[in-house]
Amino acid sequence: MTDIIRVQDAWYEYERADDEGELAVRGVSLSVRKGEWLSIIGRNGSGKSTLIKLLNGLFLPTRGSVTVGSYDTRDEDHIWDVRQRVGMIFQNPDNQIVATIVEEDVAFGLENLGVNPQEIRERVDAALRAVGMQEYAASAPHMLSGGQKQRVAIAGALAMEPEVLLMDEPTAMLDPGGRREVMETVERLHRESGLTVVLVTHFMDEALRGDRVIAMQDGKAILEGAPREVFAREAEALKAAGLEVPAMAELASRLRARGLDVQGAPMTVPEMAQALIARYRERGASGNAG
Amino acid sequence: MLKDITLGQYYPGDSVVHRLDPRVKMILMIVYIVMVFLVQGFLGYVCLAAFLAAATLLSHIRVKFLLRSIRPVLFIVVFTFLLNILFTRGEHPIVEWGILRIYWEGVRFAVFMSLRLVFLLAGTSLLTLTTSPMALTDALERLLKPLNAVHFPVHEMAMMMTIALRFIPTLLEETDKIMKAQTARGADFDTGNLLQRAKAMVPLLVPLFVGAFRRADELAMAMEARCYHGGRHRTRMKVLHVGRADGWACCVTAATLVLIALERALL
Repeated sequence: MTDIIRVQDAWYEYERADDEGELAVRGVSLSVRKGEWLSIIGRNGSGKSTLIKLLNGLFLPTRGSVTVGSYDTRDEDHIWDVRQRVGMIFQNPDNQIVATIVEEDVAFGLENLGVNPQEIRERVDAALRAVGMQEYAASAPHMLSGGQKQRVAIAGALAMEPEVLLMDEPTAMLDPGGRREVMETVERLHRESGLTVVLVTHFMDEALRGDRVIAMQDGKAILEGAPREVFAREAEALKAAGLEVPAMAELASRLRARGLDVQGAPMTVPEMAQALIARYRERGASGNAG
Repeated sequence: MLKDITLGQYYPGDSVVHRLDPRVKMILMIVYIVMVFLVQGFLGYVCLAAFLAAATLLSHIRVKFLLRSIRPVLFIVVFTFLLNILFTRGEHPIVEWGILRIYWEGVRFAVFMSLRLVFLLAGTSLLTLTTSPMALTDALERLLKPLNAVHFPVHEMAMMMTIALRFIPTLLEETDKIMKAQTARGADFDTGNLLQRAKAMVPLLVPLFVGAFRRADELAMAMEARCYHGGRHRTRMKVLHVGRADGWACCVTAATLVLIALERALL
């Protein structure tokens, strides 16, 4: 797999007026591979939102480097190439919609890139279809639900035909219905068109969907690996970092502590049910159920 | 309560008037205002009334909506009417009652003056009723483009207007939320004299302002993430076309203007 984004020993320091700055990211190295779904988890203030803003050049690393494709994000001549390749969705759906009509907002990025009107029209329609919002093309954004607004924002990023979609807690301000709506949309785009996704989240079930997860603490990446492995193996380390492991993983580890050996690493309720049923049948078969 | 507020008074529709190029509509509106100021004499008023009636008819906007836009300034219309009728001196008195004298010229002048005001308001309302604020902003940006030559920030102005339009409902919603939150904690916005009420607004305005600045910051970042870098090399999705209907509208307006100007010159 080829790396689209490469972060090498990046540090980021917020400038503050009074005293010395605040180090939000301390020496993170990572790469985002083409076609993968990478989740970044961490508690508030762990530097995960700062890290993701380094990936499209919204923030420039104080030390170290971030490269997107062949461009360094500090290269001002190519910053728009970087941002076209790496789209971004923010947490607050209201604060990222610019225009008063849905389709105009989706067109915003393309207008900035200077694409010709005919092509903008086609790409806007395609992007709206991709997120299932075509029937709202002429609506006013403030009439939409939170989940719909986030889908419009995703369409706005998609229209620019990015290789990577960065999402900074896109569901944190949504109700459960909106959360599901947004996650299903992103999952479908990831699966069907091979969109690379980098998702910052504090919902473990969202992180579970990814191919790879990175846990952050105090500006450092402390854990990395396949989500199931990390949640099953590193539960203690995650808890120490102030993170919750998925409820079912927690239950499995407690059951094991009580002497009930649950097979595999169940992460969701159906998986846990399966594992428990399997365990029960096994015991019944060996004749010492109880 | 604040949720069902509409932006401006745009009344969506698909009539000929709605579909006219907003730039053309804007220019025609300026011509119309000129006509309202030029008009003199009976024929001119008839022409203008016919013009307005035709435009209203074609726009499928109900007269009720037009009249509603006049209501807030009805007082001024009536006031102008009374002043003119009472204080215009002429040669043909109609009523003489003590110091009160009403002349035929006064009546005529008062009626015409009030009609002008009504025409002015109804005409401009017709523009805002049939053109969305977004289309108006767009038209303004394109019409004022030549001012770029003298370094007037046309695009930036239009972008500011767009963002303002976009955030009016959002901020209204937020105001509503803060108001409820403060009311729940015992704040009182409805009683007391003017000064007390103004003071009660402080705990409402402070969070609203702080919130607006935070929003501005996030929006700026979101715009940058989508490659916004000012008006240079920017294209637009919607291309404005001047069509046949626009041509006809211009012709009719020009004809009316000529009639009115002629009457004024001949009188």
